[in-house]
Amino acid sequence: MPGPFKPSARSLRYWQAALLVAMLLGWHLLSRDAQYAFFLGEPIKVAGRVWSWFMPFGFAPSDWFPDGVPGRADIYEHLGVTLLETVLAFVIGTVVGLAFGLWLALSPTAGAILDPYIKAANSMPRVILAPIFALWFGLGIWSKVALAVTLVFFIVFFNVYQGVKEVSPVVLANARMLGANQRQLMRSVYLPSATSWVFSSLHTSVGLAFVGAVVGEYLGSARGVGYLILQAEGTFDVNTVFAGMVVLTVFALLLDGLVGRIEKRLMKWQPRQGETEKL
Amino acid sequence: MPTHALELDRITVTFQSPDAPAQRYTAVADATLAVRTGEFVSVVGPTGCGKSTLLNIGAGLLHASSGEVRVFGEPLSGINRRAGYMFQTEALMPWRSAIENVMVGLQYRGVAPAAAREQAQAWLERVGLGGFGDRYPHQLSGGMRKRTALAQVLALDPDIILMDEPFSALDIQTRQLMENEVLEIWAGGSEGRRAAPSPKLTPPGGGRVAPGGSQVRKAVLFITHDLDEAIALSDRVVVLSAGPATHPIGEFAIDLPRPRDVAEVRTLPRFVELHKQIWDVLRDEVLKGYAQQLKQAA
Repeated sequence: MPGPFKPSARSLRYWQAALLVAMLLGWHLLSRDAQYAFFLGEPIKVAGRVWSWFMPFGFAPSDWFPDGVPGRADIYEHLGVTLLETVLAFVIGTVVGLAFGLWLALSPTAGAILDPYIKAANSMPRVILAPIFALWFGLGIWSKVALAVTLVFFIVFFNVYQGVKEVSPVVLANARMLGANQRQLMRSVYLPSATSWVFSSLHTSVGLAFVGAVVGEYLGSARGVGYLILQAEGTFDVNTVFAGMVVLTVFALLLDGLVGRIEKRLMKWQPRQGETEKL
Repeated sequence: MPTHALELDRITVTFQSPDAPAQRYTAVADATLAVRTGEFVSVVGPTGCGKSTLLNIGAGLLHASSGEVRVFGEPLSGINRRAGYMFQTEALMPWRSAIENVMVGLQYRGVAPAAAREQAQAWLERVGLGGFGDRYPHQLSGGMRKRTALAQVLALDPDIILMDEPFSALDIQTRQLMENEVLEIWAGGSEGRRAAPSPKLTPPGGGRVAPGGSQVRKAVLFITHDLDEAIALSDRVVVLSAGPATHPIGEFAIDLPRPRDVAEVRTLPRFVELHKQIWDVLRDEVLKGYAQQLKQAA
């Protein structure tokens, strides 16, 4: 009797690609029906939309594209804004979270006083802050950055807090015996220990920075990929909505890969992958 | 120069339970213990009797409820700056490579990185890890990590070395190798060399030169539950009573000739005799300690 199907590492790639092709094909066949196409979009038109967003030259009308594919190359401004918001939120949220986490973990009194407020702020669905931020910071990038920062901050904050609390007491005692003063302890023990926890949460927090930025744009903006999606939705242009989703997914994957590479370089002292927080 | 490197004078340590302040546990009661300069003293006692507590008091990591600690005649307050501490469990920073771990103490003292690295390299070579400086702790074996920890302590050239069962996690062969090396390093240049695989190298800044021209011996306070180890290494063995309220109940001068090889010295008749004498005292305490553990578990 043949055993269970088990592809090799190389053929696994082919199977993954085949699955993608099969899904696209299924989507395409389904979208031959005009009724379905209205809701699901058409993969070829989505591809054409992505092309005209990114490429400066187009195609003449053909069988597949009766209206032709114009080469507008007009997404870069929007994508740049979204990525800028993401990166700003990621950096600000990480730095502030790190600082707060270190402060509260090392000063038990402040930690004890602020504890209920932090719990409350963390359990609040933070997307509801978007209108307030729009009111405070206007419709420019900063209201989106602020929203994404609130998402990133808590992830980093809790990880740093945990990281500092779980510094090995022996390592700490050893550093003190070796003559470390408070500042040196901070730099050589607390910070590296907390950093490893921060890194284990980076994948989550970079994803959330992206979410914050796009959701912020979606709720009110004049630029950004979220704005493009919102505009398309307003005109029932489902193909553009799907194209926006594809672009966001690809860039989220790219960001995640970048974080993975940085993590691999900085965390080479770690014997194994740290645990990531579950969303 | 004061004759004692470290004196624990009528030390009592009482811990308060954080949950129930009324519950107190006296780990150490009225314990007096002194280590002369250049003396190797081992402290043996049943498991859980408060040996480590006593050592932490000497290190200044823990403050006694009553009693006084004197370091070279001066009352100790805060961390004992003249002591190096070798911990029982892993104390290396996992995010620093071996050489960075050895140099961290020097960096704390403001030694320039290049000079610190050079000294650290010399110490790594001294403990036989010259080629492993760039490894991270998780890439080293247990014995290599202990060697790194030893180099880390020695790099600061402390006058007192406190050791808390440093080799208890090692296999017996590695352990004997390490014990011999510790003896050799402790003896400095003033004793004949044992056949040891480590390169002979006097690290820059490693060891002060005494008027006689040899290195000043460090005072060592060595905690162990292994009586063989204690006798083989020490000038003096102190036996602690079972906890709670641990205190020294016996003291034995070990008059075995030096230099010693920890494996060979065990076969000497005098060793066997000393072992019997000390074990006679220790056995009752071990039984008492065991009975208490049974009671606690019940």
